Amino acid sequence: MKRQAKRLNLFRLTLTSIAIVIPVSLIIIVVFLGQYAWQAIGFNGIRFLGTIDWSLGNLYMNPVVTRGYQVPIGADYGILAFIVGTLFSSLLALLFALPVAVGTAIFLSEAAPDRVRPVLSMLVELVAVVPSVVFGLWGIYVLAPLISHYIGPGITAVLGFIPFFNMNNSTGSGFGLLAAGTVLALMITPIIATTLYDALRQVPLDLRESAVALGATRFEVVTKIMMPTVRITLIGGVVLGLGRALGETMAVLMVSGGALNYLPKTIFTPISTMAAFILSQLDSALQDPTNMAVKSLAEIALVLFVITLGVNAVARMIVRGATFVRNI
Amino acid sequence: MSATFDVKARRSALETKRIVSSAVGWGLCGLAFLLVAVPLLDLVLTITIKGASAFSISLFTTSSNGVTGGLLAAIVGTAVLSLGSLVFAVPIGVGAGMYLSEYGQNRLGSVIRFLSDTLTGMPSIVLGYFSYITMVIGLGWQFSALAGAITLAIMVVPYLARITELSLQRVPVQMREAAYALGAQERTVAFKVVLAAGAPGVITGVLLGLAISVGETAPLIYTAGWSNYLWNGKLTNQPIGYLTYVIWTFINQPYKSAHALAFAAALLVMLVVLAINIGVRVVLRPRT
Repeated sequence: MKRQAKRLNLFRLTLTSIAIVIPVSLIIIVVFLGQYAWQAIGFNGIRFLGTIDWSLGNLYMNPVVTRGYQVPIGADYGILAFIVGTLFSSLLALLFALPVAVGTAIFLSEAAPDRVRPVLSMLVELVAVVPSVVFGLWGIYVLAPLISHYIGPGITAVLGFIPFFNMNNSTGSGFGLLAAGTVLALMITPIIATTLYDALRQVPLDLRESAVALGATRFEVVTKIMMPTVRITLIGGVVLGLGRALGETMAVLMVSGGALNYLPKTIFTPISTMAAFILSQLDSALQDPTNMAVKSLAEIALVLFVITLGVNAVARMIVRGATFVRNI
Repeated sequence: MSATFDVKARRSALETKRIVSSAVGWGLCGLAFLLVAVPLLDLVLTITIKGASAFSISLFTTSSNGVTGGLLAAIVGTAVLSLGSLVFAVPIGVGAGMYLSEYGQNRLGSVIRFLSDTLTGMPSIVLGYFSYITMVIGLGWQFSALAGAITLAIMVVPYLARITELSLQRVPVQMREAAYALGAQERTVAFKVVLAAGAPGVITGVLLGLAISVGETAPLIYTAGWSNYLWNGKLTNQPIGYLTYVIWTFINQPYKSAHALAFAAALLVMLVVLAINIGVRVVLRPRT
């Protein structure tokens, strides 16, 4: 009996230690990134977040000591442009995605015939699994020309009196803030829609019946009774989608136009997001013999991680019990 | 629940307004659905047409040479990286899922659950950068299959753990009790009863993890690197090609052959990812 008890503990111990690998790896990731970025944090200080000039400095001359650190002459690392690009593109994506996701969820839950509902809801779920780089390819080949030739001139014709919506103030290539926001919107709409759809399906029948008994039309039942019931879940889904949009890399990199050191003047202006910038700049940052550029990229990764961590934590507190992994 | 109500009396203005606005509302919802479905269908169609026209025997038998040639090396590389990631991810992910389901109803369990969800939400490029610092540079592995596979595994493990947990939790408690009553040990119950009963869910998780690995790009660029040549079996100090890299870089080359390869690679990746996702939904999900 005693021997058996000991064996049981060994089995549990093994499982526990396997499970602990997950939190440990998360902690290792944060610690290593932080340690690697430490010098950059010291060198850049708070200016890192507040200035828009990202310059590697003169890599052909000997490094000099600036603010106590060895860096190339004229090196300056400011990521405000990328923070703005990240926030603008994600907020634009939310602006597009929210109404579409709400409409889609209502359509799937209330309007779609029972027989085709599984197929239609699977279609929406499949949008979420298309690899980011495939979205990017579609963005380059279909979306950017569409914006350049039709959507852009259309928006300019209607809203052109506002400089922010006038394509003539930009290169007009179609690559830029609008393209990035649209692709991101497409990627996060299914996240919001499926979260909301699941919640709508769980609204108690009594509530609907009471509303119908009071003479509400079916659409009024949805908008006035069901939507208020699931609003918390909706907010959680939105924040979850925001978290995904903030960290998205490939698709954004491929359609954003890759701006450096300026803030977007119009919705058509090329931008860079933090995630896309880390990926696109590592090659050139490696040219820096002092490594300060690479370390500053690590600092961006750290900032991005902290932002997404905060956003996801908020989402999780709102949708208690919900997970990224859908219940399959 | 019928949508219309038979009202014999003449409609008042207010009623008409309500009925009209409801109709408009339903129309907008349908439109919203189309706004999601049409881009997906367009994406699938565009890539299928452009990709299939680039298909040929040599696409699968030769490796790329600059921006021409085939995709053999990339196909093999994607298989090596994604299957390799499962080698690390399956034992850890399934083991962690078993822990969370069987013994995780405590403080440690909820901490692991929270941090695992946090890891899922971590941008993949941040993870890639971490692997670059630690494995590629720190351990001196250079761009390599091992660094790429481990990076993918770190992405897949939290998914797998949570899916495993969910599917094992659905195994009825009575089955566990019956097994214990027969004198089975904890280990036997966990593997032969709970894991066996929850196997379809776990397999779903593994397949979805595979789909994630096949479609990933960002974390591989600075861990696996890129190579035109067929993988030679070396785990470290040897870059390896993969399909998603072809999509990303070849579409930006000003050559027709490069674009054709990019679309062919995109079609292959999309087929695998969609086939896995549709497959597990159709086969394994009992839709109620």
